[in-house]
Amino acid sequence: MVVEYSSILDWIRFIDPNTNPYTPFLSDNLPYDICYGLWEILGGTLAWLVNLLFPNNVVSAWLIDERTAVMFALILFMLVIFIVAFVVVLLNLWMERKVLGRLMDRRGTMIGMKGFLQCVADGLKTFMKENTIPSKVDKMTYIWCVSLIVGLSCLVACMVPLSDRWYVVNYDTGLLIIMAFYALAPFFILVSGWAQNNKYSLIGGIRAAELMISYEVPMLIIIATVSLLAGSFNINDIVNLQDTVWLVIPMFLGFLVFFFCAIAECERPPFDIAEAETELVEGWQTEYAGMKWGLIMLADYLRGSVSCGMVAIMFLGGWTIPFIGGTALPEIVFLIKAWFVFFLMIIVRGAIARVRPDQILNLGWKVFMPLAVFNLAIAVFLKMGGIY
Amino acid sequence: MADSLVPVLEAQERMETDKMWVIWGPQHPFSHGLWTLKLQIDGEFCIDADPIVGYLHRGWEKETENRDYARIIPMTDRLCYCASMTYSHLYCMTVEKALGIDIPEKAKYIRIVADEVCRIQSHLMWLAAVGTDMGNLTVFLWAMREREYFLDLNVKLCGARMTTNFPRIGGVRNDTTELFDRDILRAVDRFEKAMWDIIYLIDDSSVFVSRMRNISFLTREQCANMGLTGPAMRGCGVDFDIRRDDPYDNYDKVDFEVPVLNKDTKVGDSYDRYMIRIEEMFQSCDIIRQAVQKIRAIGKNAPYRIKTPTKVPAGSTFGRLEDPRGESIMYLVSDGTDKPYRLKVRSPIFTNVSCSKAMCKGVRIADVPAVLAQIDMCLGETDR
Amino acid sequence: MAEVYQSPSVEEIAKILPEQFPDVKIVETKERRVKATCPREISHDVCQFIHDNLTFEHCSVVTAVDRIDHMTVVYLLSNYYNGVMIDLDVDVPADDLHIACVTDIWQGANWHERETWELFGIVFDNHPRLERLLTPQSYEFFPFRKSYKMRSQE
Repeated sequence: MVVEYSSILDWIRFIDPNTNPYTPFLSDNLPYDICYGLWEILGGTLAWLVNLLFPNNVVSAWLIDERTAVMFALILFMLVIFIVAFVVVLLNLWMERKVLGRLMDRRGTMIGMKGFLQCVADGLKTFMKENTIPSKVDKMTYIWCVSLIVGLSCLVACMVPLSDRWYVVNYDTGLLIIMAFYALAPFFILVSGWAQNNKYSLIGGIRAAELMISYEVPMLIIIATVSLLAGSFNINDIVNLQDTVWLVIPMFLGFLVFFFCAIAECERPPFDIAEAETELVEGWQTEYAGMKWGLIMLADYLRGSVSCGMVAIMFLGGWTIPFIGGTALPEIVFLIKAWFVFFLMIIVRGAIARVRPDQILNLGWKVFMPLAVFNLAIAVFLKMGGIY
Repeated sequence: MADSLVPVLEAQERMETDKMWVIWGPQHPFSHGLWTLKLQIDGEFCIDADPIVGYLHRGWEKETENRDYARIIPMTDRLCYCASMTYSHLYCMTVEKALGIDIPEKAKYIRIVADEVCRIQSHLMWLAAVGTDMGNLTVFLWAMREREYFLDLNVKLCGARMTTNFPRIGGVRNDTTELFDRDILRAVDRFEKAMWDIIYLIDDSSVFVSRMRNISFLTREQCANMGLTGPAMRGCGVDFDIRRDDPYDNYDKVDFEVPVLNKDTKVGDSYDRYMIRIEEMFQSCDIIRQAVQKIRAIGKNAPYRIKTPTKVPAGSTFGRLEDPRGESIMYLVSDGTDKPYRLKVRSPIFTNVSCSKAMCKGVRIADVPAVLAQIDMCLGETDR
Repeated sequence: MAEVYQSPSVEEIAKILPEQFPDVKIVETKERRVKATCPREISHDVCQFIHDNLTFEHCSVVTAVDRIDHMTVVYLLSNYYNGVMIDLDVDVPADDLHIACVTDIWQGANWHERETWELFGIVFDNHPRLERLLTPQSYEFFPFRKSYKMRSQE
């Protein structure tokens, strides 16, 4: 039920749209409402213009019909979600360059709005390069792998909700489905390493795939642990679980393990053997040039922002602040937490050297997995003790 | 159950993993210069290595037969462009031995100061390369930042950062100034404090240390026989430093310690070779302080250069010096004219690179850059 | 079997070497330096003696000087116990450029001998791999001979 509201104070005093009788929103999904409103403006204007030329025509009536409004609202909704995720990733990239620079006693990028436009310019430069395809590669696989890697990473990045009203679909198995799509990437990396017909790329692809698969096991155990405590995989439930104390305190081991596994999954230093320049040139990305390489780099950062988001949801309380509950802009609270986790990842990158492949696998199977299982035991005790 | 496993195990034993030759270079992002290393790998381990050098051969020694003795000094700078002061010093020392003259005391101490600044600066460049090879760029930038202070000292002393053209036959080109004394002591004080940041970053991190420990063992016998000289040799138990055991140019009047590891076990790994260079940098700071005091004690108006004849009497001599990378020798055959008859340069890296075969045997391919970084190569002097 | 001297002084070396090999001539001795010559036939035996009995573990340089009617192969050997160096000069006639190689005694001489061959043309017998090192594989000259004139010398 929508009631006309008299002033903005009515909205500020009652944030929750489900109980606020003065809510201006149609549903509890903010971007959808924005897009619906946008289409009402755009479509309405277009219909009115066409109506001026041809009065009472069919096209105008169709444009402002309910069902077309929903269809165009959904298209705009797709764009809005993607653009927001993309801008968040660009901001991640910018933050990395500046913070890593300061860590190394230099300033990072300085051109264009304190260096932000430099990232955009670098992306444009990569896209404008010549699209060379080596002659002996397996063309279908070579081209399709890039699309699949980037497409999956974009899909996952869009699926992470920024707050309880900024989401795509409120899955009951939200966390699990995000991890499932996240874990598909190593297969395409392996296939693309094979497709490039280059022994270095093959070695790089195999290394990358074995690294990522072995680091997904502790991640999945920890996701299972957190959902065990919350009682469901729904992201809203997991966030609401942490309204008194963030899960990072009882599950500190889980936080550490998940954090380092996330660094490994994003192929960041110190676990970036797959693209180690000093050893086998570029590893599985050796034969990719120009736009394809740019897209693969983008996929890396998309996965990075997804894993930071997951850490923020599962351990740092998502979009709530303890004892205060909700705020006016939960999206910003969530993003600040995700950026803080990414800041930690950058510091780890700056301070530690590259770990050798056999040492990485050692670490994954012999250190992180037992710690994840131990964490699960702690969670079981907490649950049995009735705390959760 | 056991019957069905036997054929599988037998098949695994009979299966030979493919040995392939991987070629590392010459166009490689981080190979420290232009050379090729062919590695024969069996799975993850290297079983053989074959270095190929010679891309930068300029015929340096033949070119010197065409030039006056004094005009060869700028050429010696370009032998190793990262550590140029020591080669010029070596050359001037050799010619002075052939002439049979003794240079003023002040010149000897100034040469010591210049040499040790060159040593610190070269070791910092090595440290930057080690960091990059391990995948950490923070060490690279911090080491380069420290190195800038010493390159500025070179500028204050002789006007150039790297190819300094500073020693002369009979002394040095110019005297040090008051401000130079003050600046060098400041730089050395600052360096000793700032170096600990880098050391903590590397030593306290088990990632760095585990990339260097227990990798690429070399025994004392191997080092001495293969001709591996310099800090790498001292990490494996050979207790020899030319500055202490065969002193030249007043090094016997300066008090310093030579860091040597594994004197009793006589086996050294990659981490020991790393540690020695870090220690050497601190010892160089001590030497610089003592030499600066002695220069001040000698006084401002003492001579720093003497006039020398242009023609060198016939005969053959050689000079020997402790380069930052090892033992370098110049063998001079003169025939009474003002141009050398034959000038041979023994560069330490030339022999150290030939030892890369023994250093890389049995090492994982992921460790090869870290192991080769300990040689600290500069291809200019290898190929000459 | 002569005894092993770990860190022989210059005087001891000047006495022992001619005792053991009468053809070795000590040209001059200075502080920590000994200069000696020996004929080509016994050069390998002298080097073996210097390595085993005088414990000169390190071969610093193997190079050559072109004297037009003959060539001189120069060995600079050093001792790690007391810093003494021996400069051994061996004359090789210009029409028979062969000499025994010392790589089996000191591994470090391997690349030095290879370089001397490719620049002067002196063949080191029994060298494991006498190939071009610094100059290109297709090079046909021995560039450091005096007969090879650079453009600036013509």
